Amino acid sequence: MSANNASDLHTVSDRLAKNAMRNVSERLIEGLLFSAAAVSVLTTIGIMYVLISESIHFFANVSIVDFLTDTQWTPLFDDAHFGIMVLVSGTLVSSAVALLVAVPMGTIIAIYLSEFANGKVREVAKPILELLGGIPTIVFGYFALLMVTPLLQKLFPELPGFSLLSAGLVMGIMIVPYIASLSEDAMRSVPMSLREGAYALGSTKLYTAIHVVVPAAFSGIAAAYILAISRAVGETMILAVAAGMQPNLTWNPMEPAATITSYIVQVALGDLPHGSIGYQTIFAAGLTLILITLVFNILGQWLRAKFRENY
Amino acid sequence: MQALTTEQIRALIAKGKLRDAIFKGLGIFCLAVALLVIILLVSDMVEKGSERFTLDFFMNFASRHANQAGILSAWVGSLLVMTVTALAAVPLGVAAGVYLEEYAKRNWMTEIIEINITNLAAVPSIVYGLLALGIFVYQFGFGQSILSAGLTLALLILPIIIVSTREAIRAIPAMIREGSMAVGATRWQTCRYHIIPYAMPGILTGVIIGLARAIGETAPIITIGALTFIAFLPPAPFMGEPAAGLFDWVMAPFTVMPIQIFNWTSRPDPAFEVNAAAAGFVLMAMVLSMNGIAIYLRYKMRKNIKW
Repeated sequence: MSANNASDLHTVSDRLAKNAMRNVSERLIEGLLFSAAAVSVLTTIGIMYVLISESIHFFANVSIVDFLTDTQWTPLFDDAHFGIMVLVSGTLVSSAVALLVAVPMGTIIAIYLSEFANGKVREVAKPILELLGGIPTIVFGYFALLMVTPLLQKLFPELPGFSLLSAGLVMGIMIVPYIASLSEDAMRSVPMSLREGAYALGSTKLYTAIHVVVPAAFSGIAAAYILAISRAVGETMILAVAAGMQPNLTWNPMEPAATITSYIVQVALGDLPHGSIGYQTIFAAGLTLILITLVFNILGQWLRAKFRENY
Repeated sequence: MQALTTEQIRALIAKGKLRDAIFKGLGIFCLAVALLVIILLVSDMVEKGSERFTLDFFMNFASRHANQAGILSAWVGSLLVMTVTALAAVPLGVAAGVYLEEYAKRNWMTEIIEINITNLAAVPSIVYGLLALGIFVYQFGFGQSILSAGLTLALLILPIIIVSTREAIRAIPAMIREGSMAVGATRWQTCRYHIIPYAMPGILTGVIIGLARAIGETAPIITIGALTFIAFLPPAPFMGEPAAGLFDWVMAPFTVMPIQIFNWTSRPDPAFEVNAAAAGFVLMAMVLSMNGIAIYLRYKMRKNIKW
């Protein structure tokens, strides 16, 4: 390009100036996009900040030993007791019931869809499962309270109107799609050659599925189980509706009990003054909930690392 | 090993085939149970709630009398909360997805953001409610308003939108970017005019799934202290006395569909069960049709891709 006459020089420098502007706006946009991505980190920091700062106030009034060992949870009574075990027991029992339903059912569906079903069945079944996973939990709560509990009462006449059992069963059904869909993805990514090897040695489909595909996909299946546990521990509305809200230290699923999550709902429904001890208990309960899910997540990451297969 | 006779081998094969068949039956049975639950759920709600499916039900406020109570404030509230959620979550989610796919260098900061997004997906939704109660309601002083609720749900569905945006972008071949860059477009111009439009169907799927999830969420909204009994609507823009501004409605108290259902199921009077069933059906119809649209979009997309 010749820059001999003045007008040419003008256009070139114009273009350079425009280029510089372009770089500035590019930088600006990159910064904006980065800050959008950083919102997720801010969310985590916000969660930890809120839970910890409010819990510190709580633990200034209640000793951690009492919190962990007391067998009563009556934070709103005059004779206040703060034994988180009461809520943890309800949470663990309902989660156990849910997982007893969801893990076998989800795994069987996943193995069936990945190893046995033909493409057409899979194409239809997966969206149906997704629909099941998309049903609002409040609707499941309604279902548990007004359909499953009366049905169960026909089998066990002594079952009370609220119980961990019916809430847990319905919660299990809710979790099935997560386990089925994630495990199926994990199993389908196991290379064909492994299956062909097993078939070549004369294995049946079921034998191949259980002894070759499942172990090879175990890290992915474990991840699905961990997600299911997080869901079960954190599930709120089914329990708030169908398990009752009385704090009750029990390991019997046939009884009503409050969970960590349903306690938070119960307190939020009343109007507690900001800064009162009752208000702070929900943050202490929330912190406990997050710590429980964190333990399972770390366990999951360890499992995934331990059983990761490289093909 | 002892050699087997032909009969023994045949017996072995038959046994294996039988086990396969039994397992196949078990798989179909489990799938059928899942399907049965959906059918049972829907048919029960229709059966119980059908008498309430009238125009009045949609146009009446909540009431102490079960047969006069309606869902007007609930569906309007849900609609407004969803508007705030979408306005906050879609730009943020898409921007974050574009940054992580198109701009981010592989370093520790990107790594932290990515691990974070995965972990946020496992955080129980009620914890988002506690976050919102501490930050939005008290720290920022938004109160128990539509704004607080919308932002809470936006944070909740952000991971879903980010992940689906990234997946949609990853499916766009590199030649599209190279072509755009080759004619002198900047990175942002490439994203703005090529990457984002081509990724749009995938992003839309994620947005719909996220909003369907948000519309059914109850726990975080109860936690921020949404009221359960509301017999008025938020001020319409430029209406009312004194005239409301364009955005006055975002600070209004509200209720949403799931809270209305929760309120009705937790009443001892069985007359409200009918209302709960009817409202539950309406909510489920909204959520399932949104999910249906998303599934259809994805199905269509998979068929139409021709790079």
